[in-house]
Amino acid sequence: MKTLYDKLWESHCVADLGNGEALIYIDRQLVHEVSSPQAFAAMRAAHRRLRRPETHLAVADHAVPTRQRSSIDDPLARSQVAELERNAADFNVPYLALQGEGQGIVHVIGPEQGLTLPGITIVCGDSHTTTHGAFGALAFGIGSTESSTVMAAQCLKQKKAKRMRVNVTGSLGPHVSAKDIALAFIARIGALGAVGYAVEYSGPAIRALSMAGRMTLCKMTIEAGSRIGLVAPDDTSFAFVEGRRLAPKGAQWEAARAWWRTLPTDEGAVFDREVDIDLADIEPQVSWGTTPDEVAPITGRVPDPALIPDEARRASAEKAIRYMGLTPGQKLTDIAITHVFIGSCTNSRIEDLRAAAEIVRNRHVAAGVKAIVVPGSAATRAQAESEGLDRIFTEAGFEWRFAGCSMCVGMNDDRMRPGERSASTSNRNFEGRQGPGARTHLMSPVMAAAAGIAGHLTDVRDLTSIDVRTLA
Amino acid sequence: MSLKPFTTLSGPAAFLPEDNVDTDIIFPARFLLITAREGLGTYAFHDRRFLPDGTEIPDFPLNRPQVRGAPILVTGANFGSGSSREHAVWSMADIGIRCIIAQSYSEIFHGNCFRNGVLPITLPADKVAALGAAAAAGIAFHIDLPAQTILAGGLSLDFEIDPERKQALLNGWDETAMLLATQGDAITAFETAQRQTQPWLYESEPAQ
Repeated sequence: MKTLYDKLWESHCVADLGNGEALIYIDRQLVHEVSSPQAFAAMRAAHRRLRRPETHLAVADHAVPTRQRSSIDDPLARSQVAELERNAADFNVPYLALQGEGQGIVHVIGPEQGLTLPGITIVCGDSHTTTHGAFGALAFGIGSTESSTVMAAQCLKQKKAKRMRVNVTGSLGPHVSAKDIALAFIARIGALGAVGYAVEYSGPAIRALSMAGRMTLCKMTIEAGSRIGLVAPDDTSFAFVEGRRLAPKGAQWEAARAWWRTLPTDEGAVFDREVDIDLADIEPQVSWGTTPDEVAPITGRVPDPALIPDEARRASAEKAIRYMGLTPGQKLTDIAITHVFIGSCTNSRIEDLRAAAEIVRNRHVAAGVKAIVVPGSAATRAQAESEGLDRIFTEAGFEWRFAGCSMCVGMNDDRMRPGERSASTSNRNFEGRQGPGARTHLMSPVMAAAAGIAGHLTDVRDLTSIDVRTLA
Repeated sequence: MSLKPFTTLSGPAAFLPEDNVDTDIIFPARFLLITAREGLGTYAFHDRRFLPDGTEIPDFPLNRPQVRGAPILVTGANFGSGSSREHAVWSMADIGIRCIIAQSYSEIFHGNCFRNGVLPITLPADKVAALGAAAAAGIAFHIDLPAQTILAGGLSLDFEIDPERKQALLNGWDETAMLLATQGDAITAFETAQRQTQPWLYESEPAQ
């Protein structure tokens, strides 16, 4: 009786190193401009070549401008992207050009290109690599030195994780999405709750999720401290992968799919920890603090640290409330915002944009709020435009941008000034994450869209129910 | 590249009594545009060390004159969480930090430390608190990796470390070179077998 994680681990074990460690074969690596320059430099310094350059895929996403695509004005960003292009050329790594239709956030384009497949190991010098676990791939973030090791040896030494299963039952209420499941899960088990575990999300509610929803959920696993989030491959995943540029074709496709069908966790396999989540209990969630477990339902209030029994969590809450400029006991819906960011590898796929567009259609962003939509990839942007979503957003007062990491990481000019406050579909509400002194509230695309319309955090369900009454 | 071997370390310790110090705090994202890995110390804890006009914030523990250049940092739980950016370790190493003592770490950051010759020691909260008090009192620390001990004034504590990682630190081993030297045949054998069982991973290669 084996779990999905066991099967992925065992099928990639090159050598058992004892002590729970193994040398794990890495099938694919995504490469971006921020964590790769030092990895390529290490290759050059050691006069090494890539063992299988064709298993890597490079793209620029972190530092790129999103207002336009004709030039990069920031000289540092320009030279960083140029260095990636040069390295890709020198080491024969496939590269998706910045102006091309394949460009986008690594974790959006990997699946889009069919580089991400069920049953593989895939890494990237980026913690959000958990995303690809949605396909039943062993996917995890690594540092630059490890990235260089993968380039040279196609392997990494890894310690086997413990196994956690999150059983998700029930169905999502109106305007509740995978992001809310993720935030509620992290709030429940804590930002350290999944450290040392490989987390498998399972149950009927997961089977019912789209690939976009599964990617959102798996991506957020890192914010609970785990490097690995998994969903077993099924017909939903196969339908997504089939026909993609790099996906197997013809007889190879049939053989691959037969292999992938053997991957799901065996009935009766044992997990080290099981967590049950009933979706009936989950309301739209927002973060109020500066760690991703400082989250509450939108119907709630900023907590009073004095009432938090755990000393460490109390200290963290006090610090967070100070940084965030909030008042203990304040209603979450009373928090006014200055910015809306719809984007990031967590929530920038076409499904996310459709859901947000539905909320802002025939409405307008509140006065004083700057709102941007940054599609996860050039292909997502093109798809959205073919559906007219760009016009819905721009008519509602949103800026419609080119693909990139943008305000999730704040490496380009998409960042806030001190004291400004965002409703953001990204994944980290850390101090200074969206600019020095900037304040971030994490939420789903529909919640961020609704906040933009209202000018403050708001329950998207109220916004839409008012409308229904008006129409009636 | 081989690393500077780590055996013993003596000196003052800085104390940052805070949980969840993430890698955005250690190395703010806007400095990630720099592609070199050397000389990043200026940016370590940048927004905690400096005001926007560039003047130092005297209250920040690492700015205290007594611990400037201290080789040891004592801090809280979940240190180095968030982004995998190795710049966090590079920048800390560049201001002289070679040993961190904390209750817990993010997994990626923890691994990044070893790959850069930095020793991350994990101890229970009460011991970290005791060492933090010693650090704040200006007591010099002595870390002995072979013996796995920390001495700080009257405190003498043992710590655990994975035996293989200990050897790697003691010898300054480079993981990539070790893998290529010792596992080359095993890697080739794996690829030969995988090409048979999962040929689609070889035949539908990513194209330019």
